[in-house]
Amino acid sequence: MRYIDKTVVGLTIAFLVLFIADFFMAEWVRFIGLQSLARGAVALGLLVLWRTGLVSFGHALYFGFGAYAAAMLTLIGYHDAFLLVFAGTLAAGVLAYLLGFLLRRYRAIFFALLNMAFSMILYGVIVKTEELGSTDGFSVLTPTFLGYAPQGEAVQTTLFIFTLVFTYIITVGVHLYMKTTLGGMSMAVRENEIRVEYLGYSAEKVIHVKYVFSGLVAGFGGAIMALAIGQVDPDSMANWTVSGEFVFITILSGIGNVGATYIGALVFELIRTYAFEYAPQFWQFILGGSLLAIIMFLPDGIWSLFSRLRRSEKAPSP
Amino acid sequence: MTIVLEVRDLQKTFGAVVAAKDINVTVNEHEIIGIIGANGAGKTTFVNMVTGYLKPTSGQIEFAGRSIMGLPPRDITTLGISRSFQIPQVFLSESVFDNLLMAYAITEATGLGLLSPLLNDARAARVDSHLERYQIAQYRNALASTLPQGVRKLLDIAMAAVSKPTILMLDEPTSGISVEEKFGLMDIIMEALRQDQTTVLFIEHDMEIVERYVSRVLAFYQGEIICDAPTAEALVDPGVREFVIGEEYHRTRTGSENAGENAGENAGENGGGEDA
Repeated sequence: MRYIDKTVVGLTIAFLVLFIADFFMAEWVRFIGLQSLARGAVALGLLVLWRTGLVSFGHALYFGFGAYAAAMLTLIGYHDAFLLVFAGTLAAGVLAYLLGFLLRRYRAIFFALLNMAFSMILYGVIVKTEELGSTDGFSVLTPTFLGYAPQGEAVQTTLFIFTLVFTYIITVGVHLYMKTTLGGMSMAVRENEIRVEYLGYSAEKVIHVKYVFSGLVAGFGGAIMALAIGQVDPDSMANWTVSGEFVFITILSGIGNVGATYIGALVFELIRTYAFEYAPQFWQFILGGSLLAIIMFLPDGIWSLFSRLRRSEKAPSP
Repeated sequence: MTIVLEVRDLQKTFGAVVAAKDINVTVNEHEIIGIIGANGAGKTTFVNMVTGYLKPTSGQIEFAGRSIMGLPPRDITTLGISRSFQIPQVFLSESVFDNLLMAYAITEATGLGLLSPLLNDARAARVDSHLERYQIAQYRNALASTLPQGVRKLLDIAMAAVSKPTILMLDEPTSGISVEEKFGLMDIIMEALRQDQTTVLFIEHDMEIVERYVSRVLAFYQGEIICDAPTAEALVDPGVREFVIGEEYHRTRTGSENAGENAGENAGENGGGEDA
């Protein structure tokens, strides 16, 4: 590389800081951090779709599928975090690949709501399945890490580092991918599918690839969430409100940068946590109000704050 | 001469409407062919069928000796038939450079090559020389949405020509362009395509353009080809003069005794647009 990629540098610094901070964080901070990483990963998938011109109101499908796939493995005696997360990610990816053949033919609101329809099918199946605890879900046993079986607080500390490493790899990977031809074709498909076809490539194929990717990372986020909370249940894993949260985070973050999704997810967790703590009757009101404020004052999301700052730095002084 | 495109008995109906019937055309390598006809005569339908956008009801289309019937546009493009559009199909929110960069990238990358960087020095150099050839280098960093119509048309055609197609079909390259600019625009396009040795078929309403750039004319009327002849011959063909040109618009008024009779039904057909 002839030049240094600022985003990769930024992500690497954030990775190192969080890595070290993990050993000093208060337990509740780490818990919020874990959830932010998990949800941020899902939002990263939505960001890729968004750049292709598509919004999904149903990615709780893959989030929930990944979470339940990982959790169900613990029921039959597997506890290794690597295996669980890999299985959750892969299961969601395969599902996205299969549904992708249908969904890649739809655009706009039809795409968004068809996703939601599929996610509600999963929700319905889980709620009706008593073996999976129905609406109560079931608890996920403490994971081991390649034979290392941490106890007490060490479980979350290890899980945090485990999650951090994988999200770092995924995020840098997505950032680099966006500079490739296939990554750049997001723009082409969003702007003009006819031209893409007449340049000799299938727009639907491009969308399918992006869709499978978004499914994979959503499954990853779900599996991490299952391990972090130690519990899976349909309402916090597969309900349509969960899908809404992911779209919320994506709007909050903006699609300017891959790192933004984690910041957006963190802001979301903080708003929700504090709103719930200080205004238990009105927390949804506060959440909605902050979304409104973002749309009105920062339509390009939190990330546009950074680019605004950078622009004013560069502006010549009068 | 090598035959590159052979169309036999092509037919297209939309319900009871016959958009094309009994179309038989043979195109030789390096020919420059003008497609003329009134609005709704079937010109764009013909282009849409050859490029795979519309599926013919019946007939046969052979390109370089193999049938391309039923193939989607992307496969036909890959084989070597490209097209531009009456309404430019570009990536509006991107710069001219990025538009062509994407065109080059999609054309060049296959398989795992799709995962190589979009922008590299060699490709950027190719894009810049392409910009020079189509004389739009001064708009390199302008957004496609802000371009004047003529430049946007050039960009559209330049993008279609990136793959160095065997055949390039241009759908009304000069529609929406002022009279003063038309010839300059066509000079640029035809010179660039001549260098690539591209066979060109273009739809055109302006007979002056047809006379100047085209060696052979296909005249459409009500879904049929009523005349397929060298330009000079075609433009004096009675059928063409009656149903396509509309006498009073033409400069050389040879044999225009019956002009008045047809003026009414042909008026307004020369300047109008047709949906792609």
